[in-house]
Amino acid sequence: MGKWTRRAFIGTGTLVGGGFVLGVVGAAFSPSRHGVVSDDAESKGELNTWITVTPDNMVTILVPHCEMGQGAQQALAMMAAEEMDADWSMVRVKEAPALDAYANGYVARAVGGESIPGVLGRAFDYGTYRLVRWYGLQPTGGSMSVRTTGRFGMTVAGAAAREMLVAAAAERFGATPSELTVSRSQVHHAGSGKSATFGELAAAAAKQSVPSSPALKSGDTYTIRRTAPPRPDIPSKVNGQAIYGIDFTLPGMLYAAVEIAPVYGGKLVSVDTAPAESMPGVKGVVKLEEAVAVVADSYWRARTALANLEPTFDDAGHGGVSSQTIFAAFDQALGAPPEMPKDAATVITADYQVPFLAHATMEPMACTVRVDGSGAEVWAGTQDPLNARATAASALGLNARQVAVTNLLVGGGFGRKLPFSLDFIGLGARIAKAMSPAPVKMIWSRETDMQHGYYRPAGMARFAGALGGDGKPLAVACHYAGGGDGESVFMPYTIADKRADAKDAKHPIRTGAWRSVLNSQHGFFKEAFIDELAYAAKADPYTFRLNLLSEEPRFRAVLERVAAMADWKSPLPPREGRGISLVESFGSIVGQVAHVSVSPDGALRVKHVYAAVDCGDVVNTDAATAQVEGGIIFGLSAAMKGEITIAGGRVVESNFHDHEMIHLSDAPQITVEFIHSGHALGGLGEPGVPPVASAVTNAIFAATGIRIRRLPIKNQALRSAAAST
Amino acid sequence: MAISLTVNGRPRLLDLEPDTPLLWALRDALGLTGTKFGCGIAACGACTVHVDGQPMRSCSVPVVAVEGASVTTIEGLAPEGSLHPVQQAWIDHQVPQCGYCQSGMIMAVSALLAAEPHPTDAKVDEAITNICRCGTFARVRRAIQALARTE
Repeated sequence: MGKWTRRAFIGTGTLVGGGFVLGVVGAAFSPSRHGVVSDDAESKGELNTWITVTPDNMVTILVPHCEMGQGAQQALAMMAAEEMDADWSMVRVKEAPALDAYANGYVARAVGGESIPGVLGRAFDYGTYRLVRWYGLQPTGGSMSVRTTGRFGMTVAGAAAREMLVAAAAERFGATPSELTVSRSQVHHAGSGKSATFGELAAAAAKQSVPSSPALKSGDTYTIRRTAPPRPDIPSKVNGQAIYGIDFTLPGMLYAAVEIAPVYGGKLVSVDTAPAESMPGVKGVVKLEEAVAVVADSYWRARTALANLEPTFDDAGHGGVSSQTIFAAFDQALGAPPEMPKDAATVITADYQVPFLAHATMEPMACTVRVDGSGAEVWAGTQDPLNARATAASALGLNARQVAVTNLLVGGGFGRKLPFSLDFIGLGARIAKAMSPAPVKMIWSRETDMQHGYYRPAGMARFAGALGGDGKPLAVACHYAGGGDGESVFMPYTIADKRADAKDAKHPIRTGAWRSVLNSQHGFFKEAFIDELAYAAKADPYTFRLNLLSEEPRFRAVLERVAAMADWKSPLPPREGRGISLVESFGSIVGQVAHVSVSPDGALRVKHVYAAVDCGDVVNTDAATAQVEGGIIFGLSAAMKGEITIAGGRVVESNFHDHEMIHLSDAPQITVEFIHSGHALGGLGEPGVPPVASAVTNAIFAATGIRIRRLPIKNQALRSAAAST
Repeated sequence: MAISLTVNGRPRLLDLEPDTPLLWALRDALGLTGTKFGCGIAACGACTVHVDGQPMRSCSVPVVAVEGASVTTIEGLAPEGSLHPVQQAWIDHQVPQCGYCQSGMIMAVSALLAAEPHPTDAKVDEAITNICRCGTFARVRRAIQALARTE
């Protein structure tokens, strides 16, 4: 019979048909349950099942994370399958449903997870689970899936499953567990020559006692995690079959196009709906507090009818806000440069500035909602389907349990679709309520998407640095505005006096987490300034940094590796240069070297970016490489071209013609190497982003003597004074 | 307005306003959601289809303009159950991440290689201007180079 115990944080049950289900946290603390679990227990939210073994010897692993191209679902399944010694070809991976039982608090382990020992760890995980279950959170972001859910949840679940399958086999073979070996979903007893598959052992495994601290494999025995199996989501992404939030359809579905108050916080003042109501296919015009929507029998008809309306909105009193006023306020708040030691031989100061940035996911915001008398259903691609549920419920005045959410593939997340930035779900729900009971798919135009974001905050930093007579840095300090925290301002360099102080300068522009968050600004600020300090010391920028890392061996190893990869010291032709940058974020240390050329008339070509990454260990080596490559391109696009500007309180840019993105022709060659340091797993979704802007601007300086302190680069003149040379 | 055209080898009759973009005719009227909406101003390429063998950004092609034409979408690039060499290369090189831009990318690349089987890198850069936010360009390039090397 299945056992759910109060003490263990792992629970098990038996499936109808003799399968074996294993859950982690959560449901283990429901009152003791015995008995057979039905096949649909998961969908009823009765069971928090992460691993299921069925009599056909298939292992199904449910992962409480979305798929947005980062491969987290497969990576976590690989981690569990590794601990089980499962046959990878007999493993299926599925996204966990958006049910309370699958609320995922493991991401909380990112905050001090390493330091929580054993039993306290289980209590921490249980407490976190209850909290996220109450809030309704199942987030994917912060580069956390592998290093928290994977490390603290999936591996333990896999190891527990393995021990119970081995225990079942021991009973069956009349042997002791230590005499048995496991490989490829089979348990063997060498002594008798007997073996049994996981499928054959499943029913008996469910009756075993649950190990509260199963032993995890050591890295030298890994056969799955460090391989590179093809991603299971890729085939449907090359043949048009993949269904993203924007693709979902239902019979009788209507389509909504929406216009939202241009200034964040603004309200709809008035709109004459008649010009839309008479248009072909229009079923309704919905007036909301901050928006007006046209609902029709096709998206194009909705959008065409919407274009006939002339709504007026107020500006929430922010009509005087512009990029100029925002940066002027930053400048004011920063004050004088930080004080430097009076006995310094050399003091330099520099200001840096970065703009607001849009996430610009390729899939614009979209969702389908159906509201009827009993509740609502939502279909969308988000980075947190439980928060989507809470958001829709709140918008509809319903209890969360009256709303069912199905999470679909996400056409780019980058933080735009994180919990608490799911504004589009609430909006789609309110429109659907007005059209109840017809399901309504709301699609944002690119213009609406571009202008109603949660932007990467604009920022400014004022640095000062001091060198002694020997050229060694005495002090580095900055005042910064626009956001920052301990991780983002951290410098690994041994400098006696390091300071970073936040200066407050508020503005009403809605901001949020953009891939690598605060590290995207400070990675540029701090590594650009250290470079300037190196040149002030008349030192090579690589050597200058290296000499300050004697107390940080991991940073030192990364810096040495990337310099070697880039052949740092080899000579380059005129107008070509290399820049180096070293940034830790989300638990991973990344060093990058950019090799650029700048033509006499100022055309920048980023030829090659090298990246050395210490993320402890790597799960799915190819997908991991892809994440670093992608982060570099994402950061490079922003550094070269990305800019959201504000005028009259609203966003100016509206589409890809004015919020430009880089293309294939701009893309450098990218070389990535991982250092397997054996330290705790670090993230990979974001850490490739922070170093690239400064690596490129540092390279531009090496190539041209032109120091760029404001992004994007496209706004800066790179034309040389003597263009004829 | 009744507009007849061929889509993925099948004759179709559409009753739509003549200025309806081909993109939305495909997605909403015909249920072919493989072709994606990214920008609506032909800047991103996510909506790329083949019209009489030529790559076109369907968000900016009014359906009346393809009356009588033969349109191929990502769903019809290869016969059912098989893969076009570009699709196979995309799997071999694990090109897609989120994948949303890749229908358009594959349609653009397949059209280029049909016209020019062994393009130079410069020609590829000029022809393939699709936007990819996940940053798969390094793999797109490698996959195209591998395809360009084959007969």
